[in-house]
Amino acid sequence: MEEILITGVGQIPAGEHWDSSLREMGAKAVRLALQNAGNPEPQALFVGNMLSMNISNQAHLATLIADRADLVGIEAATVEAGGASGGAAIRQAVLAVKSGLVDCAIALGVEKFTDKAGGELESALATNMDGDFEAMQGLTTTSQAAMLMQRYLMQYKAERSAFAGFALNAHKNGAGNPNAMFQKAIKADTYLKAEMVSEPLNMFDIAPFVDGAAAIVLTRSSLYKGSAQPVKVSASALSTDTLSLHDRVDVLEFRSVARCAQKAFDQAGLRPGQINLFEYDDQFGIFAALALEATGFCERGQAWKMALEDEIGVGGRLPCATFGGNKARGFAGGATGIYQAVEAVLQLRGDAKANQVPGATHAMIQGIGGPGSTCVSHILSKMES
Amino acid sequence: MSEQQLHMTPDKPVGIIGYGSYVPRYRLAAKEVARVWTGGKGGLPIKEKSVPGLDEDVVTMSIEAARNALARACISPQDIRAVWVGSESHPYAVKPTSTLVAEAIGAVPHTQAADWEFACKAGTEAFVAAMGLVGSGMGKYALAIGMDTAQGKPGDALEYTAGAGGAAYIVGPAEDSLARVNATYSFVTDTPDFWRREYQKYPEHGMRFTGEPAYFKHISEAATTLMHSIGTTAKDYKWAVFHQPNTKFPQKVAGQLGFSLEQIQPGLLVPVIGNTYAGAAMIGLTGVLDIAEPGDRILMVSFGSGAGSDAFDIEVTDKISERRNLAKKTGEYIARRTEIDYATYVRYRGKLAMK
Amino acid sequence: MEIARHWRLKQQRYGLVGEVCPHCDHKIFPPRDVCPNCGDEAKEPFNFSGQGEVFSFTTIYEAPAGFEANAPYTVALVKLDEGPMVTAQLTDLGEQPVEIGMPVEMVTRKMRNDGDERGVILYGYKFRPVLAGLR
Repeated sequence: MEEILITGVGQIPAGEHWDSSLREMGAKAVRLALQNAGNPEPQALFVGNMLSMNISNQAHLATLIADRADLVGIEAATVEAGGASGGAAIRQAVLAVKSGLVDCAIALGVEKFTDKAGGELESALATNMDGDFEAMQGLTTTSQAAMLMQRYLMQYKAERSAFAGFALNAHKNGAGNPNAMFQKAIKADTYLKAEMVSEPLNMFDIAPFVDGAAAIVLTRSSLYKGSAQPVKVSASALSTDTLSLHDRVDVLEFRSVARCAQKAFDQAGLRPGQINLFEYDDQFGIFAALALEATGFCERGQAWKMALEDEIGVGGRLPCATFGGNKARGFAGGATGIYQAVEAVLQLRGDAKANQVPGATHAMIQGIGGPGSTCVSHILSKMES
Repeated sequence: MSEQQLHMTPDKPVGIIGYGSYVPRYRLAAKEVARVWTGGKGGLPIKEKSVPGLDEDVVTMSIEAARNALARACISPQDIRAVWVGSESHPYAVKPTSTLVAEAIGAVPHTQAADWEFACKAGTEAFVAAMGLVGSGMGKYALAIGMDTAQGKPGDALEYTAGAGGAAYIVGPAEDSLARVNATYSFVTDTPDFWRREYQKYPEHGMRFTGEPAYFKHISEAATTLMHSIGTTAKDYKWAVFHQPNTKFPQKVAGQLGFSLEQIQPGLLVPVIGNTYAGAAMIGLTGVLDIAEPGDRILMVSFGSGAGSDAFDIEVTDKISERRNLAKKTGEYIARRTEIDYATYVRYRGKLAMK
Repeated sequence: MEIARHWRLKQQRYGLVGEVCPHCDHKIFPPRDVCPNCGDEAKEPFNFSGQGEVFSFTTIYEAPAGFEANAPYTVALVKLDEGPMVTAQLTDLGEQPVEIGMPVEMVTRKMRNDGDERGVILYGYKFRPVLAGLR
């Protein structure tokens, strides 16, 4: 059966790349992925990016990066779906390769956050919301998450400390990831004493904004000539909800996630219990919790318990954020979804070293744009040899 | 001057159909200003003044007062044929406050709209014009607002009292009114007691010159001329409201005119909200209307530097009892108070030099 | 400057004017011309009372550009009495603590400048605690 394969992965460390621009970071990740794939000749480049037009005043990004990566002539286009941009770029690559119109495609995610800071960065991030009815109120993406968390704590009668598990797990796993922004485990006490950002959300409930780039190379199995065991894309799905939180019937239900996950499980013929690791979108701890619940890994109102009881650790029932997630690796906007793919491929190849999930066969990666306004999920699986 | 009737009455009797006030939440104590500027020495002109929040200005405050007036008037905003806002702190040098207020309350587009200026009597000036528009039959209702976020130079005597607030009145046919406005009279001369030149942030004033030849002269002349012309005396009035730049002036002018402290008490708000300039006499009147009984007669006299006074003879009708509870009362706004220190006041009023 | 963009929304912004579905009486804010309840066309204007309660809230300390002068400020999801939820700042809080379920009422306030202090002033809805004794 014809499968869509990921034959190469590349990533640069997530962090503050003061001396690199969008094009340099992007081109570097593309080169690393192509090398890793055995230097095939790609026909298309899909670039996931969230904010280059605002932060760097740079549109037409895919062509710029193709140019810099010595791929002039290639089909190239940028894909934007808020924080789900990276996953959306993978999906475009999957659609292209699966359709037969493209034989080999690159999905690149790249984001440059550090060229803006403070109020200007908040403004840029706020362009992901409804400009007229949310951003106009001075809302920030962080405050959206804080309002969700506030409501969650009230509705499920959870303590403020309930969300510690997500941060503790992420930082523990980040310690084993040389590409992570934070490579040091934290103590429960550190979480509890952390500075408040937007009540009840503290410093450790929010992922740091980092520069980053990661790329994967996709092709069809009939075209694959390599000898290494590739990873296949078992499912690719993207769903939406209302853009604004205020238009939801039930704000604590990430319906885009539920719809998207269901589509993915159906495509792959898998149940949640068969997923060996889950790279969720923990841009905020509350997003991770709501994603776990909506994806079907636990009942509503229970995700924080899963995290506190370490069921999401590398050796747990459902390892999550196995390379530190957004919280420790860093949230790199449109690059995030591709970092997740790279990390899942390393797990499925058995190359995750200290963070290796034993017996990893099926990995789900999931990106979220806005507060669950867009969700993109992929299930990546080890090819049976 | 030839013999003529000095008081003015419209062809058709008019009255107040609805009234509403607004006072911001924050208060700065006069002793806090004294602490910063005089080491706490000297007498204080008031107890405290109201300070607008960071997101407030004459537009937002006028909108709220107008909404209160509409709630009491029980009319469609579409029937209002003029929206007139008197202030000396209009947010724009060029662009009307009134169109914004009219838009927000749903009075557009079939309406007159204009901003009025005459120092502290810009509001009552709009009121007189509203009487004319309604009383001539040109339109059924007119909205007159007096509202200010007054400016006082840091350390100046005015800083102790320059407050924020005001009131809105819907003027209409006397038969539907909560209070009839029987007559008005204006007394005006060129008297430079207080002014602000173009592009200047803070006003200047003539210090002691603001008293006798300005405030007292104009209010007394306006009040006595009106009363003489319509044949009333202070005893005919249950209540009186005078422009109130500080606590002492209105008390003193009331005494000179034969009014008791009891008569001016419900309308004397300056001790607790400060001098609201174009809003001062008009919000004072709301304090009276909030407690007045049908049949009560009220004398209101404003004063605007430059200078002039508008005097009004007002008579409360029996409609007051049912309609005054349809909106927030002035006392409720005054009771809602959060005291701030001078530093917060400096921030709220944009007095911090950022460049 | 974005003059037209804000101008065209003035009724929603100043007065919380939304829509009511002529088919199922569902109240809609912000206006979307299609009823989210029954799916039919719904373009009839509706004036919301401005009364509601806090559904959730938080405080913003690091504000987006243009809003810094007001920071810190509180934002909330406000559930309107007529049904819809709106995102809005809370104002006039003084030292009053905010809690979920707190009754609030709409006021029209300054949101920010369009650009710097030379630009037009943008006004819009915010909510404040209901004044004592009035609800």
